[in-house]
Amino acid sequence: MTKLVVGPFNRVEGDLEVHLEISEGRVSLARVNAPLYRGFERMLEGRDPRDALTITPRICGICSISQSMAAARALGAATGVEPTPDGARVAALIHAVENAADHLTHFNLFFMPDFARPAYAGRTWHARAVERFTAMEGSAQREAVAARAELMHILGLLAGKWPHTLAVQPGGVTRAPGANDKVRILASLRGFRRYLERVLFGAPVEAFAELASEVALMRWTGGDAEVFLGIAADLDLASLGRGEGRYLSFGAYPTDAGPAFAAGVWEDGLRPLDASLIREDLSHSWMLGPTAHPEEGQTVPDEEMREAAYSWCKAPRLGGLPMETGALARQVVDGHPLAQDLARQGGVLARVAGRLLELARTQILMERLAQGIDPAARFMAAPGATAESGVGAGLVEAARGALGHWLRIRRGVIASYQIVAPTTWNFSPRDAEGVPGPLEAALVGAPVRPGETTPVAVQHVVRSFDPCMVCTVH
Amino acid sequence: MNILWLQASGCGGCTMSLLCAEAPGLFDTLDGAGLRFLWHPALSVETGEEVREILRRIEGGDVPLDILCVEGAIARGPRGTGRYQMLAGLGLSMLEAVRRLAPLAGHVVAVGTCAAYGGMTSAGGNPSDAVGLQYEGAHPGGVLPPEFRDRTGLPVINVAGCPTHPGWVTETLMLLAAGALGAADLDRFGRPRFYADHLVHHGCPKNEYYEYKASARVPGEIGCMMEHMGCIGTQAVGDCNIRPWNGGGSCTAGGYACIACTAPEFEEPRHPYAETPKIGGIPVGLPADMPKAWFMALASLSKAATPERIRTNATADRIAVPPTLRAPKR
Ligand code: SF4
Ligand code: SF4
Repeated sequence: MTKLVVGPFNRVEGDLEVHLEISEGRVSLARVNAPLYRGFERMLEGRDPRDALTITPRICGICSISQSMAAARALGAATGVEPTPDGARVAALIHAVENAADHLTHFNLFFMPDFARPAYAGRTWHARAVERFTAMEGSAQREAVAARAELMHILGLLAGKWPHTLAVQPGGVTRAPGANDKVRILASLRGFRRYLERVLFGAPVEAFAELASEVALMRWTGGDAEVFLGIAADLDLASLGRGEGRYLSFGAYPTDAGPAFAAGVWEDGLRPLDASLIREDLSHSWMLGPTAHPEEGQTVPDEEMREAAYSWCKAPRLGGLPMETGALARQVVDGHPLAQDLARQGGVLARVAGRLLELARTQILMERLAQGIDPAARFMAAPGATAESGVGAGLVEAARGALGHWLRIRRGVIASYQIVAPTTWNFSPRDAEGVPGPLEAALVGAPVRPGETTPVAVQHVVRSFDPCMVCTVH
Repeated sequence: MNILWLQASGCGGCTMSLLCAEAPGLFDTLDGAGLRFLWHPALSVETGEEVREILRRIEGGDVPLDILCVEGAIARGPRGTGRYQMLAGLGLSMLEAVRRLAPLAGHVVAVGTCAAYGGMTSAGGNPSDAVGLQYEGAHPGGVLPPEFRDRTGLPVINVAGCPTHPGWVTETLMLLAAGALGAADLDRFGRPRFYADHLVHHGCPKNEYYEYKASARVPGEIGCMMEHMGCIGTQAVGDCNIRPWNGGGSCTAGGYACIACTAPEFEEPRHPYAETPKIGGIPVGLPADMPKAWFMALASLSKAATPERIRTNATADRIAVPPTLRAPKR
């Protein structure tokens, strides 16, 4: 058996180190370490509850609006304020733009560049991968960055700036879009659709969104999606990095018509989500305190960094079990046939294809939300009275999956604030039972070639989860 | 010139914002100015051992380090060890890494308010004991001493902002590549003056409301946000309302207050962000360069003179009363 430490692990958001044990050319055991602690939850204690809207987005510059949404919902729940229906719709649009941009960034900038590596020279697709996805030079990277920047114009207009806007509030959004704004937003969305259909899918987004099985997916021709699927078939990315098949979604983009993507849990079938069953286990985290529901939980770092632990990440469990969360999970729980078919294998192909599927569906959703803007509507509810006490949770879906904020207000200030981020679920360390987190489990079996110090298969698996380490450890 | 970019204790948002650069986009802008990344944690292909090799070559002097960009604050905790942020795979704290690399660099650029002054990472009780590169809040001296200078005699260049505007970063880097940024081009907190000589208030779409102290009272109203909603655009440096964010936005145009994210200690305003602290009904923080008596005299005068259109619109969520149109004289 040999041991490997892989890091710095880049093209993920934040810091990540992976400890591997390898025998017979395969990973036999993995430990995932998030080596950064900042303590956002502690920073919030004692402050005016509304300050969470300013502070929590700054946990993460890649899903800053997801943090805003969760904070606004938690605050609203604690103070009895709900967004107006039209405010909720515009907030959903703002949120969807961030998530769509995030999927695009992940695919082009974070995930695909590994296939341009010299290690893959000689593969039929390698020259294409080099031309399209070489880091910072590939033609696909440049096109994606340009399309992303233009899509973000919607956020300049509705949210002032991205990241770290204060436009999303418990009562709705701070800027009421006019009819001219609406047509401009639709123009930006048409531009993004053109990019998706010309470059990423090579066909109408509807055609990709309607794929109903893995077999149909693998026959897809057109765009960079075809390049990826060809690589996936050649390298058998379907069976690499298989998960445990347990998926969690808090439900995405709630409006008065319900969430656009449903909430729930999938494990050989769908069941409703019961968020009261969430517990954070600290046995292998450099954190002190008992296992607790986030409403009761604490964040007390273990300054000694005890030997028995190995990460600043806590280990959230639902009903005692680890859960995988993200675009694939969301689409599985929402009942999409392609996602459910892919979930049977649940490997690298499934996660990346799940994200592409969601990107296609999100484009359609964004257009619907924008079409639904009524410039005469009210986008902000009257603010509630300042609350002396209250409890509230904000459960939303970031691009990477289920994000929850749990807030307790006492004597007019924040008494406790706990956050469980998607990557906290996916990259959690072992729990008291010794059960590994989803990534730790998915890494077992990944091939390591002779002489590899930073196994490329391990990189594919890690990046298929699209980790956001700064959120993980907040 | 080559750039090594490190992500310390921050949110990665300054890199994400940088990718929003336009006309031309980020990669073309850098190429055009002869700037290239030796390594950037979000964008480069090299991982693990390949990165360790790049760092060895820099430390061994085989590759010159022209510009060291650091994004995020530097964690000193627990108890001065820096172990709250270990550089993955290296068994080395970020604190130690920055102390070793900065003296090797031609220029050191702090990207964002965290790297500059500690920023949001140092909020609350500063759980990780984070500081900026050359400042601890508004006080000189962070991870690097106040007297630190790069090879050309510049202190750490603080491209403050939370996040930084992509233009602030690309223009700073292009000016450095052109040898056109000197000590006189930085303000007293080390910020490039090309954006720090402006106030956020300049060009704010709410300026007319400001003139008459016609104020928004709750989120969503379009009046000036100085009196009640916590806006400190009159005291915050930044050209946010002169050059657009994301194609045309700014905080105040988006309908929420400027919280002076370009300033040291913006993370601790000592009052709720969205509320203007007042004594006897008068906002505590008055516009930069303005004596209090003058402000009060002007404010009461202008309030008395507020046109009905402005008074009504200030507390509406969109323009309710258009400007009066007069027929042209014949
Ligand atoms: S909202 Fe702020 S920046 Fe705008 S005019 Fe008022 S004080 Fe100035
Ligand atoms: S308007 Fe103020 S808070 Fe907003 S980005 Fe500019 S300086 Fe920062």
